[in-house]
Amino acid sequence: MAEVLQKPTVEEIVSKLNSDCPCVNVTRTETRRVYATAPRENSFQVCKYIHDNLTFEHCSTVIGVDYVDHMTVVYHLTNYYTGVMIELSVDIPADDLHIESVTPIWEGANWHERETWELFGIVFDNHPKLQRLLTPDTYEFFPFRKSYKLRGSE
Amino acid sequence: MMTDSIVPVKEMEDRMDTDKMWVIMGPQHPFSHGLWTLKVQLDGEIVTDAEPIVGYLHRGWEKETENRTYPKIIPMADRLCYAASMTYTHLYCMTVEKALGIDIPEKAKYIRIVADEVCRIQSHLMWLAAVGTDLGNLTVFLWCMREREFFLDLNVKLCGARMTTNYPRIGGVRNDTTELFDRDIIRAVDRFEKAMWDIIALIDDSSIFVSRMKDISFLTREQCANMGLTGPAMRGCGVDFDIRRDDPYDNYDQVDFEVPVLTKGDSYSRYMIRIEEMFQSCDIIRQAVKKIQALGKNAPYRIKTPSKVPAGTAFTRLEDPRGESLMYLVSDGTDKPYRLKVRSPIFTNVSTSKAMCLGCRIADVPAILAQIDMCLGETDR
Repeated sequence: MAEVLQKPTVEEIVSKLNSDCPCVNVTRTETRRVYATAPRENSFQVCKYIHDNLTFEHCSTVIGVDYVDHMTVVYHLTNYYTGVMIELSVDIPADDLHIESVTPIWEGANWHERETWELFGIVFDNHPKLQRLLTPDTYEFFPFRKSYKLRGSE
Repeated sequence: MMTDSIVPVKEMEDRMDTDKMWVIMGPQHPFSHGLWTLKVQLDGEIVTDAEPIVGYLHRGWEKETENRTYPKIIPMADRLCYAASMTYTHLYCMTVEKALGIDIPEKAKYIRIVADEVCRIQSHLMWLAAVGTDLGNLTVFLWCMREREFFLDLNVKLCGARMTTNYPRIGGVRNDTTELFDRDIIRAVDRFEKAMWDIIALIDDSSIFVSRMKDISFLTREQCANMGLTGPAMRGCGVDFDIRRDDPYDNYDQVDFEVPVLTKGDSYSRYMIRIEEMFQSCDIIRQAVKKIQALGKNAPYRIKTPSKVPAGTAFTRLEDPRGESLMYLVSDGTDKPYRLKVRSPIFTNVSTSKAMCLGCRIADVPAILAQIDMCLGETDR
């Protein structure tokens, strides 16, 4: 069992991530903010490590972004003892929109993942209930993708 | 949860062959305060499962913003939540400022604090009014609405509009505080603190109110953090976290205030937190108004900003009256956002309603879900 830090500082988070999760690439840091990227294959393990060993108890959001050639899933994670936030970005190739769900770790990610699925078509594997939430069940398209045009002005 | 039962429900159930039944509350239901549905599964009177259904008001807010220039989104951000419109506009402006990498004048920061706290009191009063009607006391509703009117008048005094204010700007605020605004706001706050005790007496001395909130719907600290419940509801369950104090934005680190936290975790403690927060907001307003006066009449309140935002991503978060709200902006270097995501606190809070209602009676469901302080504009976006 690895060491559990309840109140990690930004420097501790960076050094811990570098030593224990070599796949994570910390891109930049600010006061109480850590920005990192991770490959899709390891995203679940990285999230589990951040939750279990760095005590990030709260998942603020799961965000999908459509960059046309690929999509990105962004997690915002919060430590309630120090107020430090980690922004974890995971790139997904456009032809294989699958990523492991983090709902088993943070229950609060449940609806955010459902929303990201219905608006972008990113499939979260092992999600307990991946059904449409905001849009009607009859929708057969994903309205927030860049290929879905809004009016003529775009 | 069933300990206070007069009828021996458990024994009767064992003798009877009962079936579980789904009851659909909403979308047109007095408790829902907007358009949403709560499906509850009942075993007799006890809730055994619940499923909230939202999305009736989904208008693609995030997609709409991709078609507009940055200043045009400010009035749209007001419409996310009609009860506390200033906080969302503030959040949006803060996010764009972060992406631009600029720092706004001191005075604008304090004016935003004042505006935010006025909105917080307003929003909490609206919530208290809703609690009053949900629990069957119309006097609470009328008195809260009367008090709220004074704070709406302050909005008018500050920017000319009552609810959808369109006031913060990228790089500051639209106009300086108007003449005698500081006198009026102190008067309103002083008056409110006295009047609030009448409303508290009306609720806390009423056994109907207290018995319908006390000792029901317990949530633990771990449950709360894991489910993503934020805001006053979270602090009523023992999570000692407030973004204003622990992750300060603007000048919240320059003002002194307490963050109320209760560890009991029942519906009543979630109610108590919001009441105490209103008094703390009054303190913050007094301090911020003093700081504005100290800065003088001619201090700058707005700076010019470029219309194009450099490519990259930025996010900020703030303590909304209802919880943690966060905006994430992806910019591609043009004058329109590439993607703008809003994290609305209610969206996550309402998804926890199953955990809140489990094991309670159906008659208590409106009383429990009143503590979420539902606002559909930001939930469905």
